[in-house]
Amino acid sequence: MAGSTAQAVAPEELTSGARPSRTARSLRRSLRWLGVMPFGVYVALGLIAPFVAITIAAFHDSTTGAFTLNNFNTALHGTYLLGLKTSLVLSIVSAIVPGIFGLLLAYAIFTVKRGNWLRKVVITASGVFANFGGVPLAFLFIATLSTTGIVTGWIKDIFGVDIWDHGFTLYSAYGVFFVYMYFQIPLMVLVILPALEGLRPAWREAAQNMGASSWSYWRHVGGPVLLPSFLGCLLLLFGSAFSAYATAEALTGGTIALTPIQIGALLNGNVVAGQENLGYALGVIMVVIIAIIMVIYVLMQRRAARWLR
Amino acid sequence: MATVARPEGAGGTASPQKQGGPGGDRPPEATESRRRSFPVWRWVIFLLAAAYFLIPLYAALRFAGLKAFPDIFKQSGFYPAIGLSLRLALVTTILTLVLMVPTTIYVHLRLPQVRRSMEGITILPIVIPPIVLIIGVLKVAPSVLLSTPYLLALVYVILAMPFAYRSLDAGLRSVDLKTLVEASNSLGAGWPTTLWRVVLPNIRTAMLSATVLTVALVLGEFTMASLALFVTFPVWIVQFEQNSGPVSVAASLLALFVTWILLMIIVTVGDRGSRKRGSAQVALFTVAPRETRPTTGEAE
Repeated sequence: MAGSTAQAVAPEELTSGARPSRTARSLRRSLRWLGVMPFGVYVALGLIAPFVAITIAAFHDSTTGAFTLNNFNTALHGTYLLGLKTSLVLSIVSAIVPGIFGLLLAYAIFTVKRGNWLRKVVITASGVFANFGGVPLAFLFIATLSTTGIVTGWIKDIFGVDIWDHGFTLYSAYGVFFVYMYFQIPLMVLVILPALEGLRPAWREAAQNMGASSWSYWRHVGGPVLLPSFLGCLLLLFGSAFSAYATAEALTGGTIALTPIQIGALLNGNVVAGQENLGYALGVIMVVIIAIIMVIYVLMQRRAARWLR
Repeated sequence: MATVARPEGAGGTASPQKQGGPGGDRPPEATESRRRSFPVWRWVIFLLAAAYFLIPLYAALRFAGLKAFPDIFKQSGFYPAIGLSLRLALVTTILTLVLMVPTTIYVHLRLPQVRRSMEGITILPIVIPPIVLIIGVLKVAPSVLLSTPYLLALVYVILAMPFAYRSLDAGLRSVDLKTLVEASNSLGAGWPTTLWRVVLPNIRTAMLSATVLTVALVLGEFTMASLALFVTFPVWIVQFEQNSGPVSVAASLLALFVTWILLMIIVTVGDRGSRKRGSAQVALFTVAPRETRPTTGEAE
């Protein structure tokens, strides 16, 4: 990126005629950052300030206001630790499975001709369904797979088996996973398409001219180029599943032990009053986990960028 | 002009292998083997996706019954709730465009080196749990804001950033912004004229997709609205469920279909326009491969 910076500056210096002094140049350089100030201020106020506030609160006792580590101690033991573990496992599975299926779907779309109606339908549907969630989504699956659901009925008619008698339930972590795919797959399609479009047709043609089969193209060219972006997208899906609240809450009525649901319960005062700061501590832990994930994501994107120029 | 390096960037004028994508002009035996092996798995994927996404919609539609749809508009609390949601959608969209359009244009023209950081920052709202964000906001917001539902609009601008920034960024990548701006300036147009009459018309479709994605988000957001105790449309649907399940399901399906149809119209209209002008296709959240050299004239 350093090279492109230098080149971007060059034409301005040419047009400005005389060579500006060093101070004038550094002043100009810092003035250029003024243009992103409104955005920076908005993010600082809307994203960073709230987080700082809950971090401070998390280190204080809810009732006495004294400094304490107890909130974090509680948050990392017992039911709350169990909630974190369930959340982590659910999010990992809800990233990998929809991630792979979303990649295949995106590739299928990518190879369909431009302007095809199917392509349009899938891409617009992805935009809509990626934002779908909460109670409406829970409705859809209750109508489909609950004991009286339509698909449950079909399976009973065709195979003579009631899946609910054989251990299937919609209101558990498995059910939540199955429902999460409804917004995870579209999200994957949206975020992986740009990476697919980065695969230059010329690379494939070059590989084929040199006698590579489809498999060896993917093994040695397409796969390695796509892998960092793919992993980056998986991390994004992880974050999306990890932070989802409304859908699991609506589906299970808040009975499932997931961290966001526990936070919601603590802050609504449903459990014990005066435990808000425990909820904040859980929030801080979630953001720290996400932050670790984000660092990995950024490092991977940087690696991918080397190939996508 | 060699700077616009996206495969679809040049539309009708591109060289054949760029235009056709994979499978464009390829040795005959390769094309044939693709024709044999490829559509099978493609149709399997499409069918699986169609089954997974459409059957629940059908199930919900059957549960609600067509009779429930007219009933939506007769329910108590419907108009205040949808009114609030629409006003929030309007305010959020305006704020998002006013904040993000100039910022994205500015970053493209003057600070291309921070584009990657912008991508990183704007992806944060997808991964930061909304429940954490809203409790933080409720803690720090001044009481003037806490009493008004427009507090939600301010927070939704943050939530909309991932989609808005990516749409706008994709739109700006697909036009040769630098050349356009330089041409406009050298013809004597000032900055306001250049922005209003040259840049904005070129990213019209990108702004439209940003708008629709923002509206979709605002009309569907539940977590924050319910924790902030404002009865928006999604919150109303949940509250109303206790009275009438079918009507509530019908209302959420209606919201989903209306957004989908809007998005389809925008993409179709944008497509047609772009084919006429020979410019890039509507990119919904789609980012082209990163072109790196902003000004040099050399080919890749």
